[in-house]
This record gives sequence, structure tokens and C-alpha cells, in this order.
Amino acid sequence: MNSIQKNRLKDQLFKVWGIGCTLFGLILLAVFIGDILIDGIMRIDWKFIIDLPSRKPEKAGIYTALMGSIWILLLTTVIAFPVGVAAGVYLEEYGKKNKFSAILEINISNLAGVPSIIYGLLGLEVFVRIMSLGASVLAGSLTLSLLILPIIIVATREAIKAVPKTVKDASFALGASKWQTIWNQVLPASSGGILTGVILALSRAVGETAPLIVVGALAYVPFAPESPMDEFSVLPIQIFNWISRPQHGFIENAAAAIIILLLITFVMNGIAVYFRNKWQKKLK
Amino acid sequence: MRKIKELVIEKSLLLSALITIAITIGIVLVLAIEAFHFFSEVSIIDFFTDTQWTPLFADKHYGILPLLSGTLLTSFIAISVALPIGLSISIYLSEYAPKNFRKVVKPLLELLAAVPTVVYGFFALIVVTPFLQQIIPGLSGFNSLSAGFVMGIMIIPYISSISEDALHAVPNTLREASFGMGATKLQTAFKVVVPAASSGIIVSIILAISRAIGETMIVAVAAGQQPRLTLDPTVPVETITAYIVQVSLGDVEHGSVEYRTIFAAGITLFVFTFLLNTLSYRIRKKYQERYE
Repeated sequence: MNSIQKNRLKDQLFKVWGIGCTLFGLILLAVFIGDILIDGIMRIDWKFIIDLPSRKPEKAGIYTALMGSIWILLLTTVIAFPVGVAAGVYLEEYGKKNKFSAILEINISNLAGVPSIIYGLLGLEVFVRIMSLGASVLAGSLTLSLLILPIIIVATREAIKAVPKTVKDASFALGASKWQTIWNQVLPASSGGILTGVILALSRAVGETAPLIVVGALAYVPFAPESPMDEFSVLPIQIFNWISRPQHGFIENAAAAIIILLLITFVMNGIAVYFRNKWQKKLK
Repeated sequence: MRKIKELVIEKSLLLSALITIAITIGIVLVLAIEAFHFFSEVSIIDFFTDTQWTPLFADKHYGILPLLSGTLLTSFIAISVALPIGLSISIYLSEYAPKNFRKVVKPLLELLAAVPTVVYGFFALIVVTPFLQQIIPGLSGFNSLSAGFVMGIMIIPYISSISEDALHAVPNTLREASFGMGATKLQTAFKVVVPAASSGIIVSIILAISRAIGETMIVAVAAGQQPRLTLDPTVPVETITAYIVQVSLGDVEHGSVEYRTIFAAGITLFVFTFLLNTLSYRIRKKYQERYE
């Protein structure tokens, strides 16, 4: 075998290896979802969803945790969405290329890399203790809002960047002010991209466990929250609690709750991808 | 009137942007103040040299080393899994794979990073550990090996996606020149494209390491809760993040030394990830300048 043949062989071998690696990740994902489906799908029925938590695995349901997750999701959206988009608009449209905006940019990029549990410590001290909100839905939502703010800001900036400059120029030429241009032209044109980013950020918030445990969310809550000041649990914490128990029945419950959580996460990701594709077509 | 309105809007937008600065200041202040109180009661030398971490026991030791070794051990295992696989995927997708395949597979792989981490914890504890126990007889029910392995799977997309973006951004003229010299795709990939995209690849690896160090739920579920200064992947260990979760789940009095340990542990974690994130930001900025 001469060196050309050798090199071709190596080339082919790497190609096989590359396909192998790619499939490895995907197959594991499939095995893993399959396994959870086998463990948990039989456990899911309407009763499982509307039942309160219980010491007995066959009686326990996810109602309070699911309601907690929905509360957290709604409040986090209300808090993080306007603030994140406003900050993104400022950085992209108003922030001049000076030292100050450079600091803002480095800062946001750094915040995006701060481990989520650190946000939990921040929330524990600031929201739970200093603002004395206690381990409430509001304290949890504020904590998660801070956590996903960098994601929303970055997505907003990317979406605004993608709007052609001609759109803005046309608006200015008609005598519109800067804000009128942003509100009437730039934001509508970038809404698809912003929406994608916000949904992805929220899907991350739904799956977060650690910061909420640190803030003091409970594993066992007898009632679903009725106001932002109520104590709460969320699906991931309920799952964590069930995994930590030795009885097999709870493992089955955990798998069943995971199916619901994954369903929520994947549906949100799917919606995000749908909006992105639709928006990218519109931009072209 | 219109001018005033414009100004008010600009200032309120600025306020939103300033919240991000407030978050950083808040994190640093909270961690620093609580850690300061902690170190006024516990010697900082003990903190870095004592080889035991037992703040919740009667015989109290406050050495961070066991938590640090647990964190670094699980992260090391995760990177050993994610780096070769993630990098191979990125090279394959960018240099070999048909366009359509790439378009379908990349978002599918990114789903790996979208799965909530507590779900990976379940996978590590209920599936991977029992499987590995059949191969490695002495493997404990909680261990850093399966936690690290599953964490590696989770961070594959961090490496594969960001590296693939970097490889994809390398101008085609470089590849064509290499092919024109008679090089194979493999030679072109490793001797031309990868070196040209090296800074982007390094950024992806640093981000993945930073993600692994800060990961909480997988290790809290599957690695155990026993602080132990060891490099043995088959025994239970505890990471910094898992310790914070353990204390948060218990009933620790606000203002006590036990309460402050989570902030002392937290600031250690924060310093590590902050350094890694700053490093990756620097490299990214330098790399952008080179291509523009």
C-alpha cells in the first residue's frame, strides 16, 4: 500500500468515526428517552396529574409541582421579557461604541456563564432575606428572571441586528423619530427572532432545579400556590425528590414526571424552532 | 414634547441594561460579604489546606480541597468524554457531512443541552450506574464515573456546535488550496481548517469546562454526598455545587457558620467560572478581529 492509498484509507476511517460519534450522541438520547418512557409511561394518567403529593408512591401526583412550574413560568415571563428586550434594544440601538457599552457587553457575556446555583445564592440573600419575600413563587421567579436575562438580551440583539438597515433608513426618511422607528419598524421586524430567544430562555427556566432549591422551594407542598407570595414546588424539584427515595414506586413516578417535563421542554423548543424558521423566511 | 418622550424612553431602556451590571455587583457583594463573615470565623489557611470538609458534623473541618477535587474530577471525566466526541462531530459535520444531514443533525444534537439536568441525573443513577456496575464490580452506587460520563454527554453540543460554527467560518479558499496540493479531506481538516479555527474551538472547550464545573443536579443526584479527597472515580464524592444543594435542602439556621459555608463554597466556584469565562471572552474578541 503506498502513501496515497494509506491517506485515502485514513480519510475513510475518519469519516466512519465521525458518523459513529454523531450517531453516538443521538442514539444515547434515544436510548435514554426510550428507557424513561418504558419506566414511566404506564404511570401517567389524569389522576397522576391532578393528585396531590403523598408518602405512598401509588397515590402521589404532580399537581402542586405542575402548578408551581406554571406559576414560575408565567411570573418569570412577565418579569424577564420586558426587561430583557428593553436592555437588548438599548445595547443594539442606543449604546454607543464607547467604553461603557464595552463593559456592558463583557458583563452580559460573563453573566451568561455564571453557574445557575450562584444565581440561587444571590436570590436567597437578596429576594428571600433582604426583601423578605420568603421562599415564595415571586422570589423564585425573580431569581430565574435574572438567570435568563442574559439569554434574552443576546437573542434580542441578534434579532435586531438581522433587520436590514434600509428599513430603518426608510422610516427616518419619513420623519419618524428614533423610538417611533424602533417601535413601529425594528421591533415588529425582529419579533420572530426575539420570540425564539425568549421561548428558549423560558424552556431553560422550566427545567432549572438548583437555584430554586437554594432559594428554598420545597419538595413537599400540600397545596398549589394561589398567590405570588405562596410557597411552591416545581416539577424538577419533585423529580429530584422522587429520585432520592429508595422505594421503586417513586422511581416510576420520577420517570412519569420526567416524561411530562420533557414534553413541556421539547414542545417549547419545537415552537421556538418553528418561529425561527418562519421569521428567517420572512426576513429573506 | 417629543424630545422629552424620546429621552425618557432612552433612559428607561438604559435602566434595564444597567440591571445586568447590578446583577454582577449583587453576586459579587453577596458572595464577598458572606464569605468575609465566614473567614472571620474560619482561618483561610485551613480553608485551602485542610483535607477534610465536615461543617455539618460535630468534629468540624472546613477544608475546601475535597469539594474542589470532587468538582474537578467529575469535570475532568466529562471533558474526557465530550472533547473527542464533540470535536469529531464538529469536524465531520463541517468537512464531510452532506448539507442536509448537517441541517437536521445539529439542532437534534443541541436537544442534548436542552434536556433539564435533573433528568440526566436520573439517567446517571438509574441507568448508567447499574450498567457500569456489571463491568466494574467494585463500583459504588454513587460515583463520579457515571455522573461525569453523563455530564460529558450533556456538554457534547457545547463543543460540537460552537466548534462547528468556527470550522464552518473558515474561508473555502483555504480548503481549495489544500485540495489543490493533493491533500485528502482528513489532511485538510487537521492541518488547515482546524488550525485556522483553533481559537473558536478553544473557546468552545473552555465554555464546556466552565459548564461542567458549575453543573449541579447530575452530580447532586448521582455522585453522592461524601466530600472526599480522592481521584478514584468509583467511590462517592461531593462537588461544590452538590454541597450547596445538600445544605439548602436541610434546615440550617441563617447567619450560622454552616449557613455561610455555602457562600464560601459559592465564591470558590464563582472565581473558577469567572476566570474561564473571561478567558473565553478574550479569545473570542481577538478571533473576531482577525477575521473581520
